[in-house]
Amino acid sequence: MDFLTIIQILDSTIRLATPLLLACLAGLFSERSGIIDIGLEGKMLVSAFFSAAVAAMTGSVWIGLCAGIVSAVLFSLIHGLASITFKGDQLISGVAINFLASGMTVLIAQDWFSQGGRTPSLSGDARFDSLDWPGAVAMRDAFRAERAGDGDPTGLSAIYWDMISGHTILVYVALLAVPVSWYVLFRTRFGLRLRAVGENPAAVDTAGVSVVRLRYASILIAGLLTGLAGAYLSTGLAAGFVKDMTAGRGFIALAALIFAKWRPWYALWACLLFGLLEAVGNRYQNIELVGFELPVQFMQALPYILTVVILAGFVGRAIPPRAGGKPYVKER
Amino acid sequence: MEKMPKWADVALIPLINLVLALVVSGIVVTLIGEDPFEAMAIMVRGAVGSTYGWGYTLFYATNFIFTGLAVAVAFHAKLFNIGGEGQAQIGSLGVALVCLAIPWPHWILALPVAVIGGALFGAAWAAIPAYLQARRGSHIVITTIMFNFIASALLVYLLVETLKAPGMAPETERFPPGTFLPNARDIFAAVGIEFGRSPLNIAFLLGLLACWLVWLLMWRTKLGYEIRAFGHSESAAVYAGISPFRIVMLAMLISGALAGLMAVNAVMGEQQRLLQDNVLGAGFVGIAVALMGRSHPVGVLLAAILFGALYQGGAELEFETSVPREMIVVIQALVILFTGALDNMVRDPVKRMFLRYGKRDPQPGTTPAE
Repeated sequence: MDFLTIIQILDSTIRLATPLLLACLAGLFSERSGIIDIGLEGKMLVSAFFSAAVAAMTGSVWIGLCAGIVSAVLFSLIHGLASITFKGDQLISGVAINFLASGMTVLIAQDWFSQGGRTPSLSGDARFDSLDWPGAVAMRDAFRAERAGDGDPTGLSAIYWDMISGHTILVYVALLAVPVSWYVLFRTRFGLRLRAVGENPAAVDTAGVSVVRLRYASILIAGLLTGLAGAYLSTGLAAGFVKDMTAGRGFIALAALIFAKWRPWYALWACLLFGLLEAVGNRYQNIELVGFELPVQFMQALPYILTVVILAGFVGRAIPPRAGGKPYVKER
Repeated sequence: MEKMPKWADVALIPLINLVLALVVSGIVVTLIGEDPFEAMAIMVRGAVGSTYGWGYTLFYATNFIFTGLAVAVAFHAKLFNIGGEGQAQIGSLGVALVCLAIPWPHWILALPVAVIGGALFGAAWAAIPAYLQARRGSHIVITTIMFNFIASALLVYLLVETLKAPGMAPETERFPPGTFLPNARDIFAAVGIEFGRSPLNIAFLLGLLACWLVWLLMWRTKLGYEIRAFGHSESAAVYAGISPFRIVMLAMLISGALAGLMAVNAVMGEQQRLLQDNVLGAGFVGIAVALMGRSHPVGVLLAAILFGALYQGGAELEFETSVPREMIVVIQALVILFTGALDNMVRDPVKRMFLRYGKRDPQPGTTPAE
């Protein structure tokens, strides 16, 4: 494995980690406020569909992005209605949302485009272009020219022109969302209250802060972030929507969230790790590691296995927000 | 009157929830340009309008009985087992290994062993999340979701690497004929009734038996009482000397075993070989079925037949109109949403209505002295 291959794998790691990261941060906001969200998958899926569909119809990826975010926020509101207003079971609501998204997207796709539950493939302005950082193109050309000649370049410059530069804007948005989330959650009054409401809602209520409003706010943020994640899947990573294209990413994001113990910076590392696993799994079918041959299915299952190990508390116990999953009933 | 009469709880509210889910589904059908009443008629006709339709309806229902009972038993212990899908997949592995182990001479011999195989493998797959919940406090919902994915990766690996029959498709060879279960068509033909060709087989009776056994277990045995007591109040159960570890383990093992039994119907009864995806979401339908059936075996049976009809009707709908099969998934989602998550939306007004009705209509002279 040469240096350039490593860079290429890391490059696709960043791409593949982006939807995970956005969804993971969405779950972070939601669960920190005490609303367990296993509907991340469904919200990503509706957003993936509506961004691709609207982008295909209008020809503008930005209008598509807005449509995707709106749809994910609407699904978030269903979750909020069920789990905050009507104090229903948050897990069951999440399951319902996942199914609703899985069925609805295909149904509408078939009705609008009649292409077997997919959108037309997107091109041009209907997709997110990759952004080339200053000088990146020149560096890449220089590298290729040197390799085409007799030179043997180290490929060190590829870190810049391949790994750092050349992603779509949503990748950078996702990376930026990490410090922003950290700041909002741990350095603002809103964040303090949001975390408090996930630990002890009664105390927050006693202090005169509305539990319901805080939880709805966190759910709206989760909708926005899953909207971005879904839009990236269908208009950045792929060129169009196909049935069930999230393919369990919402659950991997959930796994990453537990792995990260509900902290933004850890979430970044967890998502990069799971992205790396996916990137390696995509590139190599079977991997030989000190004499053992690891099958590709093992690589695919690894995020889930790691999460179970973490949950079991063998490697650093993961303790979720205390009020998670319980509807808040005001005392009378 | 302190609370609602029982019939309102077990029949009226689920019915209102179902109607709400169907109304919203009807709106969806209208929005995609089809007549909802006609769609409904096609679905009903397709599901129960012929012996062929009934055959498929009850075949699907058999799957949902097992997965529905699996979720229901766990619900009684206040455990949400989302892992029915994975447990059923591993259960199918157990059934397939039994069927392929020896050239079975007759299905009567193969069936009991396959039942044990499916139940054991399904239970084993539920055992690890159960242990982690009981001993380490890891949330069973998350672990069972993870185990669904691990199960499907494991099954793909086994089918690609070790169990694969010669040929392109990742599937095992066909089971020996001695494992083929009697089909409804053959059984009815033996008594002179013509029954359409469908995968409905003797496993349906096994499903009915499972309903009865679960009822017996939950309401007529000490263990069932302990499970229900634990589900109502863990602290009260502990005070009464019930071991939480034992209840969590046993409830989940029974739940996993029931999910694993689904393979007897789907894999042994229909596919007659082990395929990559043989559960096809039935594990998740079990959640809707258990919610709808209020976790009671009779309710689960009725809800399973309803969902069986929905699946078969949905297939006919796709055949005759432009409504794709995914309509079933939407209806299923709405049923879960209304009967599960939005239950209080209907329950509270109904409760209030009963309270008001109870107050307005007291017997003269028997006004409660307060």
